[in-house]
Amino acid sequence: MNLEIILHAGLATGTVLLFAAIGEIFAERAGILNLGVEGMMLLGAMAGFSTSLSTGNVWLGLLAAIIAGGILSLAHGLVTIHFQADQVVSGLSLTFLGTGLALVLGEGLSGQSPQLVPAFNIPLLSQIPFIGPVFFANHSLLVYLGYLLIPFTWYYIFRMRPGMHLRAVGEKPDAADTMGVSVYGTRYFYVFIGGCLAGLAGATISLSVSPGWYSTQTTSGQGWIAIGLVIFAQWNPWRAALGAYLFGALRRGILDLQGPAILLGFANPLYVNSNYGFFLQMTPYILTILALIIGSRQAIKKRLGAPAALGVPYIRGERGL
Amino acid sequence: MTQKRLWILLVLTAVLALALAACGGGAAEPAAAPTEAAAETVAEAPAEEAAPAEEAAPSEEGKYQIPAIEEGKYNVAFVYVGPHDDGGWTQAHDVGRMYVEENVADVHTAYVELVAEGADAEQVIRSLARKGFDVIFTTSFGYMDGSEIVAEEFPDVDIIHLTGFKANGENFGNLMGAMEDMKYLAGMLAGSRAMVDGNPKLGYMATFPIPEELRLGNAFALGAQKTCPDCTIDVRWLYTWHDPILEQEAAKSLFDGGAQVVMTGADTPAPAEAAPEGKWGITYDYKDNCTNPACLTSMYWNWGPEYARIVEGSRDGTWKGGWEYFDADTGSMGLFGFMEGEEPMPGVADLPAEDIALIKETLAAMLAGEFTRFDVFKGPITDNQGNVVLEEGESLEQADLDGFAQFGSECKTCMYWWNENITAELPELE
Repeated sequence: MNLEIILHAGLATGTVLLFAAIGEIFAERAGILNLGVEGMMLLGAMAGFSTSLSTGNVWLGLLAAIIAGGILSLAHGLVTIHFQADQVVSGLSLTFLGTGLALVLGEGLSGQSPQLVPAFNIPLLSQIPFIGPVFFANHSLLVYLGYLLIPFTWYYIFRMRPGMHLRAVGEKPDAADTMGVSVYGTRYFYVFIGGCLAGLAGATISLSVSPGWYSTQTTSGQGWIAIGLVIFAQWNPWRAALGAYLFGALRRGILDLQGPAILLGFANPLYVNSNYGFFLQMTPYILTILALIIGSRQAIKKRLGAPAALGVPYIRGERGL
Repeated sequence: MTQKRLWILLVLTAVLALALAACGGGAAEPAAAPTEAAAETVAEAPAEEAAPAEEAAPSEEGKYQIPAIEEGKYNVAFVYVGPHDDGGWTQAHDVGRMYVEENVADVHTAYVELVAEGADAEQVIRSLARKGFDVIFTTSFGYMDGSEIVAEEFPDVDIIHLTGFKANGENFGNLMGAMEDMKYLAGMLAGSRAMVDGNPKLGYMATFPIPEELRLGNAFALGAQKTCPDCTIDVRWLYTWHDPILEQEAAKSLFDGGAQVVMTGADTPAPAEAAPEGKWGITYDYKDNCTNPACLTSMYWNWGPEYARIVEGSRDGTWKGGWEYFDADTGSMGLFGFMEGEEPMPGVADLPAEDIALIKETLAAMLAGEFTRFDVFKGPITDNQGNVVLEEGESLEQADLDGFAQFGSECKTCMYWWNENITAELPELE
């Protein structure tokens, strides 16, 4: 067992959660809860894999994944923004829709090997001891893209004007509307961005982290973890990144921990009885459930800093907050 | 005004997606569909297809689609734990199913895939029995109790469960083969490879701590001992039969931990896919899944002939649900690259001739029925706690191969030990 290796693997697998969680932060900051992340991810994973396979061009694959996730999310936007339907119900059905579509269209894709996203070292930075091999060596391009996305998202949401509009629409849509910000337009746009990032998260699995198409097991519930992570992260991209990388490292750590007989001078409990690994395996899901429980309580939600209009449809002149 | 613009945006994106579909093959197609589908999400119920006269319509059992039978044919159903094209365990069964379809007269076969072990499986098996299937093969360890219960409820339906240890002597039988034969040979191959590469470390991805997985791991370890006395074997527990992503991570974990060759007990060819440059994986279950150049061999099943025999026996009324366990001489299993008409994989080419000769001789003896599972588990064997498992010349007995005393098995030397070259421990059983 080697901390360097676990962290390196954690950053790679965590990137999947990172993209999905940041996408969901955008959508929720605009006031739209989208529980369809799992479906959009799976569709993205399938579209990316299939396109890369048939065109031999992984960049087209990533583009297809982004567009597939984005367009699927517009279905949710249409139902919840235009028709003011319940966001939870619509989000859940989006999961089914996305999963079903991905399974039907992904038939026959397993066992194939398309072009994958290239991995490389970042010159100079990869020479730094410990930090270099963990963060900047032998990672896929998408991991590095993730590093850039975190500060950008933060700066965009909290410091740039369109980000302020985004938050205004999620906090107080009628005020935003009065100020001349298009509530519908903004919500559609960020739901779409959320879908694009979820699609990219899916392709990150199928074209980079664990290459392959394995029907529903490609995403295996990671979309749900991403949704929990958003609440856990209080709608802040930095915390979301921390959580994503932590969960990523945990997935791998559980396996690596089974290796050594002696750990830090003590008998390693996972070596003696690997059943203890179950408890570690549960943690992301327990935290997700906890986050969802907390997130569903209005009072706590306010204190956590949830967008005030999250989950509330906007009808001009009728139901402003 | 804004609404109008949004609609234009929507239509534009849909058009864009369609345009992409033209160059992206099937991939981008889904992108266009949801927009239309969403417009009528609620209104449009899936149109029920008119069923042909001789066929009953398929039905739903929870999230599983239960297939229909065909009147006038002998109906055979299969319950799979993974998808039918998983490239491993389940695909091997599906190849067996197709063999039955092609080689047995007047037979209709169908399958339900991705069925969770436990309560879900019982519901699915019951639905199949109720539908009127004559024979049901349930192909995962965790389907055992469900199969037993449904077999009791439907005495006219023959249920064959794979890899478990229960049977009722009537319509509920148990079927498994001695894959330990092939794992033993694969161990020899892995040991030889590790010796040549100068890194005497191997890895085993185990699923659950049940007799089967310990037996197969020990067989691999005993084989490795023959060609690489210094080799040690690292273990990663998966606690699943089929999770392609987790399997890849476990394989990487073993490789990163220093293993030169990794062998799997789970369903997908993950070890070969995850093998870094210069390291090797051994895949399991399915003959054609050893395609990656990093794959040394595949220990595979050939279920077709056994299935055909059972289906015909069931129709004649000669089949009785007993306890069937076949060895390599039935032709129902193989070691890829070493069987008739197969080319060895590139990783085998530069191995010492005497190791290859040993593997070939042992394999020939196995196919001739002269070398069986009782020869694989023949003393002297010592476990990794320093206890002598078998003295020189002694063999394990069938009950020892497949049981824990804690679950009522009559085993004397129960399969709850790791061979001396395995670096892992087993928790105390209550």
